[in-house]
Amino acid sequence: MKSTKLFSILFALMLALTVSVGVVYPQGPDETPAATEEPEAERVPYCTEEVRAELEAQDIYIPVISKGFQHQFWQAVKQGAEMAAEDCGVTITFEGPETEAMVDKQLEMLQTALDKEPDAIAFAALDSQAAIPLLERAQEEGIPVVGFDSGVDSDIPVTTAATDNVAAAALAADMMVELIGGEGQVAVIAHDQTSRTGIDRVDGFKNRIEEEYPDVEIVDIQYGAGDQLKSTDLANAIILAHPDLKGFFGANEGSIIGVLNAVAEQGKEGELVVIGYDSGVQQMDAIRAGTEAGAITQDPIGIGYYAVEAAIMALQGEELPEIIDTGFHWYDASNIDDEAIAALLYE
Amino acid sequence: MDISVAPKPPVSRSLVRSDATRRLLAFGALIVLVVAFSLASENFFTFNNIKGILLATSVNGILAIGVTFVIITGGIDLSIGTVMTFSSVMAGVIITNEGLPVPLGVAVGVGTGALCGLINGIVIARMKVPPFITTLGMMYIAKGLALIISELRPIYFNSAPVFRDIAMGSLLGEVVPEFDIPNAVLVMFGAALLAGFILTSTILGRYTFSLGSNEEATRLSGVNAALWKTAVYTVCGAFAGLGGVVMAARLNSAQPALGQGYELDAIAAVVIGGTSLSGGEGTIMGTIIGAFVMSVLVNGLRIMSVPQEWQTVVTGAILVGAVYMDIIRRRGS
Repeated sequence: MKSTKLFSILFALMLALTVSVGVVYPQGPDETPAATEEPEAERVPYCTEEVRAELEAQDIYIPVISKGFQHQFWQAVKQGAEMAAEDCGVTITFEGPETEAMVDKQLEMLQTALDKEPDAIAFAALDSQAAIPLLERAQEEGIPVVGFDSGVDSDIPVTTAATDNVAAAALAADMMVELIGGEGQVAVIAHDQTSRTGIDRVDGFKNRIEEEYPDVEIVDIQYGAGDQLKSTDLANAIILAHPDLKGFFGANEGSIIGVLNAVAEQGKEGELVVIGYDSGVQQMDAIRAGTEAGAITQDPIGIGYYAVEAAIMALQGEELPEIIDTGFHWYDASNIDDEAIAALLYE
Repeated sequence: MDISVAPKPPVSRSLVRSDATRRLLAFGALIVLVVAFSLASENFFTFNNIKGILLATSVNGILAIGVTFVIITGGIDLSIGTVMTFSSVMAGVIITNEGLPVPLGVAVGVGTGALCGLINGIVIARMKVPPFITTLGMMYIAKGLALIISELRPIYFNSAPVFRDIAMGSLLGEVVPEFDIPNAVLVMFGAALLAGFILTSTILGRYTFSLGSNEEATRLSGVNAALWKTAVYTVCGAFAGLGGVVMAARLNSAQPALGQGYELDAIAAVVIGGTSLSGGEGTIMGTIIGAFVMSVLVNGLRIMSVPQEWQTVVTGAILVGAVYMDIIRRRGS
């Protein structure tokens, strides 16, 4: 089984990662309890050969509705979901709207998925409130729902496989403060104001700065819809409006690429401390080149895998925790090529 | 067809005069905005910020220049945003995936846009499908093709560093180091000069106005209206393709998911610049000014830390205001 092998490799890497916490955060500030929150390393895949045989006989179908499909992050989640589907012998479909602003389109996809009378659903809500009526319908019809990537403000999902975005963004704030020398102005470009990840990353960063670092001021938080060009223009204007700006946090891939473009266009490479989120070629190149100090990475393949696995476990009547924490890590030029980190990055 | 038989299009002297008036209106608005923001924030009227505004205008400006032609004929093109993206992906496929020379990639990018425009034009002019529907269809087609051809991945131009110079290099800066205006801005002004020339000094330009003023009369006077209309949409598509090349060069990547919504910004710039949506009137100069009004507005409000939601509200209000001023002016004349 190719994918089984893949997962065991991934699993082994995660184990190695847990062991190497100290290496992963070489100069991590003391006040980052978040940094030590690691996914359970002793996880054993639920789908053994016996479970697989049993599930295959049941002809199970699980639609996976993500927040997007064109970003490399979602392609990695898809890869994980497909790995789980193969391991467990179930059928999945993976779909998501073209942009992460299309809440309505996503709801349509959820509705269509429900109309197909699936056995379970994995769902990553773009808008944590808007999906509730449809989730209630799923509940009435006895279809278990598993959340992934971002939670829903509802107790309907049996569990949610997600990064603790608040803690991850707080770690970004800690690293930012340390790298700018404990004081000064910083700004944020995020993707949107309605999704759980958008809200949590901004709140996690903002609250940590406000609560812990009175000498650091967040001068502006803007939203560029993950659109690289819009984010570039926003970041340009922010940098120009605040000549004393010392640091910039981009809360997702599209946002951070905008920040990097703006820094390059203003010839401020190396003058601003730039911190990003997720990965992708441009961001990884910037970290290697030193124009970006570092970034937070999640485990997208793991998110996809656990989402499907949890949906199956729910179907089988297994007990599930409220949250499956899929973990996050700080990476920079010093550890970007470490095996444990490289496994979580995607081009 | 003997072109010399074709009548002078109904571009009267008073129209020229009114064009000047409307140009003055938009230009006046631009000056007012610049002065107001300069007074409000010391960070606004700095060389770097002006450079940022110029750069932020470039892609939208190029799209707006192209769609000006279509709007003057009384038509509309909703596909330019996604055609732009499709073109950037095609340039990426040629340059990065195939490793072919950059000029060929640029040509394919612009050509892809022109081809989409040509198809729009044929469907609109020959098959008589309304422009709104045709270009709406093309909007989806181009979006889908961009996603298919790119295999849902951004295409990076790292293998051809010279490509990025199309937008981010500075020819001007090499001559006068103090004025390191990025090439994207030069491309926009170059495109504006070219478009202005086509519109005012060529047969295509003359028929563009003629089609917008009275298509029936144009056809009855022996002009192959369908042919010229197709040409107008092709020109519009070619500019969208050029916009795609410049955007890809600026982002050093072709981003297959971008583009939708950009057509509305471009159309707004054209309308603020005084081109009437009912056709027959308009200038490239006005369009460029309109594009600058939009980006100065957004940049200025941004510099003053006005929340983003309000920037959008103000842009909308300015758009409606621009059209209202136009209506008042017409009533007066």
